[in-house]
Amino acid sequence: MAFIPHTEADVAAMLGAIGARAIEELFDEIPKDLRAKSLAGVPEALNEMQVGRLMSERARRDGVQLNFIGAGAYEHHIPAAVWAITTRGEFYSAYTPYQAEASQGTLQLIYEFQTMIAGLTGMEVANASMYDGASACAEASLMAVRANRGSQSARILVPGTLHPHYRRVMRATAANQGLKFEELPFTPGAGITATEALAPFDGQDITALLIQQPNFFGALEDVDALTDWAHARGILVIAVVNPTSLALLKPPGQWGAAGADIAVGEGQPLGVPLCSGGPYFGFMTTRMAYVRQMPGRICGRTLDATGRPGFTLTLQAREQHIRRAKATSNICTNQGLLVTAATIYLSLMGPRGLARTAAASHARTRELVAALTGLPGVRLAFQGPCFHEAALLLDRPVAPVLRALSARGILGGLDLAPYYPQLGPALLVCATETKTREDIAQYRAALGEAMQSARAA
Amino acid sequence: MPNQERVIFEYSTPGRGASDQWPADPGEEALADLPPRLRRATPPGLPEVGELEVVRHFTRLSQLNFSIDTHFYPLGSCTMKYNPKACNQYAMLPQFLARHPLAPESCGQGFLECMYELQEMLKEVTGMRGVALSPMAGAHGEFAGVAMIRAYHQARGDAVRNEIIVPEAAHGTNPATATMCGCVVREIPVDSEGDVDLEALKAVVGPNTAGIMLTNPSTLGVFERRIGEVARIVHDAGGLLYYDGANLNAILGKVRPGDMGFDVIHMNLHKTFSTPHGGGGPGAGAVGVGERLLPFMPIPVVGREGGTYRWLEEADLPHSIGRLSAFMGNAGVLLRAYIYMRLLGRDGMRRVGEYATLNANYMLKKLTEAGFDAAYPRRRASHEFILTLKRQARDLNVTAMDFAKRLLDYGFHAPTTYFPLLVPECLLIEPTETESKDTLDAFVTAMSQILKEASEEPGRVSGAPHTMPVRRLDDVRAARQLDLTWKPTAQP
Repeated sequence: MAFIPHTEADVAAMLGAIGARAIEELFDEIPKDLRAKSLAGVPEALNEMQVGRLMSERARRDGVQLNFIGAGAYEHHIPAAVWAITTRGEFYSAYTPYQAEASQGTLQLIYEFQTMIAGLTGMEVANASMYDGASACAEASLMAVRANRGSQSARILVPGTLHPHYRRVMRATAANQGLKFEELPFTPGAGITATEALAPFDGQDITALLIQQPNFFGALEDVDALTDWAHARGILVIAVVNPTSLALLKPPGQWGAAGADIAVGEGQPLGVPLCSGGPYFGFMTTRMAYVRQMPGRICGRTLDATGRPGFTLTLQAREQHIRRAKATSNICTNQGLLVTAATIYLSLMGPRGLARTAAASHARTRELVAALTGLPGVRLAFQGPCFHEAALLLDRPVAPVLRALSARGILGGLDLAPYYPQLGPALLVCATETKTREDIAQYRAALGEAMQSARAA
Repeated sequence: MPNQERVIFEYSTPGRGASDQWPADPGEEALADLPPRLRRATPPGLPEVGELEVVRHFTRLSQLNFSIDTHFYPLGSCTMKYNPKACNQYAMLPQFLARHPLAPESCGQGFLECMYELQEMLKEVTGMRGVALSPMAGAHGEFAGVAMIRAYHQARGDAVRNEIIVPEAAHGTNPATATMCGCVVREIPVDSEGDVDLEALKAVVGPNTAGIMLTNPSTLGVFERRIGEVARIVHDAGGLLYYDGANLNAILGKVRPGDMGFDVIHMNLHKTFSTPHGGGGPGAGAVGVGERLLPFMPIPVVGREGGTYRWLEEADLPHSIGRLSAFMGNAGVLLRAYIYMRLLGRDGMRRVGEYATLNANYMLKKLTEAGFDAAYPRRRASHEFILTLKRQARDLNVTAMDFAKRLLDYGFHAPTTYFPLLVPECLLIEPTETESKDTLDAFVTAMSQILKEASEEPGRVSGAPHTMPVRRLDDVRAARQLDLTWKPTAQP
């Protein structure tokens, strides 16, 4: 199958019009020695029925386990309407709305998305999205260097409580442009960044401070104190937030006395399936004063030639297709289809539905933590408030325990040992509104058994 | 097309909501551990609407769009081919959707096998030695590619090489990417037939050359005939060759970038391998590398040991340029590309390049017969070609943009306009292989009709579109009076 509709008569007529004897002749400008010989490494075609069987068999092999992993990707209920509409061909198979008059659906949706994300974060403006939460963090750091004209150092303070993968993506993305990331230690026993950890940087030229809320451990940072500390020193604040949590937690726009300067995050919790890590989308917001430093597509409302409102991409003078080497970023697309899903999801949830989702997820996580820490050899890693995710300490290595749980059909969380060896055996767990009391009881029973067999081993 | 649709917030009624979709309220005591100083004081500004209202609103919005499923979409350089429904259906099997990115490899052998085979097939069709799948868009793949070129020179103690050569007709992402990688851009001209100016290239290469970024066929819609010579000049100077895969559809199965001498490439899976464009993403920008750049590939890469698949991470690739996405990139998009490649198979791959080229050359011929000027009349079209409407703009005072807008009234998405920048009043037209002769003929008829209108009643053309939900939009006002979020009182 190659989805080519030509009949033999079509091909003959077309070649006749061109004045060529064979399709091969159309490649006569390509040097002969460059022509591909064979594609032996590509298998023969399958038809749709065969492909369906192959994929179903592979999916079946993977199965679905009862999931208690979060760590930056969260399993929430996704209403059927979300993807039923998102996969409509008019959204699914359209492209970037270059021809605004023929793309009002996509453009208006982006405008509604920008409004919802600005509302959630309490910020003034949002863009049409970035690739994912990690790349949004990297782009936010680059943006802060452009926006903070009072700083020359391109030094960014990054808490050790920021998602470890995000820290790696930031390094890989921004190091070539001379950004320097300074890692802040977290307070043992609390799992958050104390303002004392910032003291060594007092009086130095620092461009920006990142703050993740809730942080990678699910712990809640003292965002007001951190924000005010930074602003008092001319340092911009980049908030990294979970959008579900914002239904209940203080939005970045209200952190400290002046609010965060840039707020970014992973949009996946808003109606996007886990799907092995993507496609997801990152969101990015800022103050109106910095909008021209923001990367990515932005949609604006304007008027048409007859004075009726309509939507178009705007502020394109920031972008690569106009500014080329001087653009704010090389980003060309956004994650349009995921933005579509998220906008529909947020419309279905509304302020109360999202708050219930957040509250139910938090309640389930508290129940989970209470159930698991009731077992011998399991305790909380950190005191202090957390939100819908928590780190646990085990009295034995985590990896064998997780293997034993998986053998019982349970994904028991993320082993923190590769990321935070200083914690000793530690496990990051998460429960969302999708988990029931029975699920939690099942996990507890399985963990009890797994701990025993691990001890025996 | 339907008329305009209200903004979702204008449907909002306090107290309404799709409450059947919400979990049970756990009560305020479930939140007792959250300190009030960290809590939100007022609810977020989201609309309160019922499920049917939501479904109708977004269905109506979708109907305001042109798309491949509804309209011919010959957007040059974007490869808007049919996105087979099977690719979507089988990528969205429940087990694939439910898999957590940090789930153990033992719970993802079926998925990982697909990813491994995708890497292998992409290596074969591009002639490269290694493929990494994690970049999430074409520009992201470009970033990975140039970062690898930099890492390669640095690893050899040759860090002084920081110049990236780019032809003047290149996509804007090329120079923007070079800048993001901390490089300096050196632009070189192309000659009157659309080939790279070799003398200019020789003059610009030197001990600072990190590499050159090329699209072949180029953004001018023609094959770079002296690619062997270009490769020799750049390699002799110590630089590497980067292949921008934007136009890979033109040569799929016919010529492989690896055989042309390229050291690193990115592929736009959302173009050549037919994953959806989604209204502007998600794309997927897998990268392929030759021998020299294998150690620098972005992680994670899928490896196979015996019959088992696993992620290769830092420990396996210690010289990697690092991680570019929180997890593994756009997995769901990669699954769609995998399914597409299995459906096409070896012979289908070859037919893609052939029929994409046939369609483009046929349209070019028919449009020149209809009175339009090819930008490169002595050249074969690749999978796309450029018309220049310089003559019409001068004689009839009707621009390429006017033609583009009028095409919308005829039920065709416009070609790419005003790119590449060096061809005046240009339309870059890419039909793709999945369009029938009938569709191409209808487009040619519409173009002829518009040309006739341009001389007989130019206002019909310069005032277009007339049948879209909105007339031409005021972009200057959009940028000067910024209205980026909906507010209850403000009206534009």
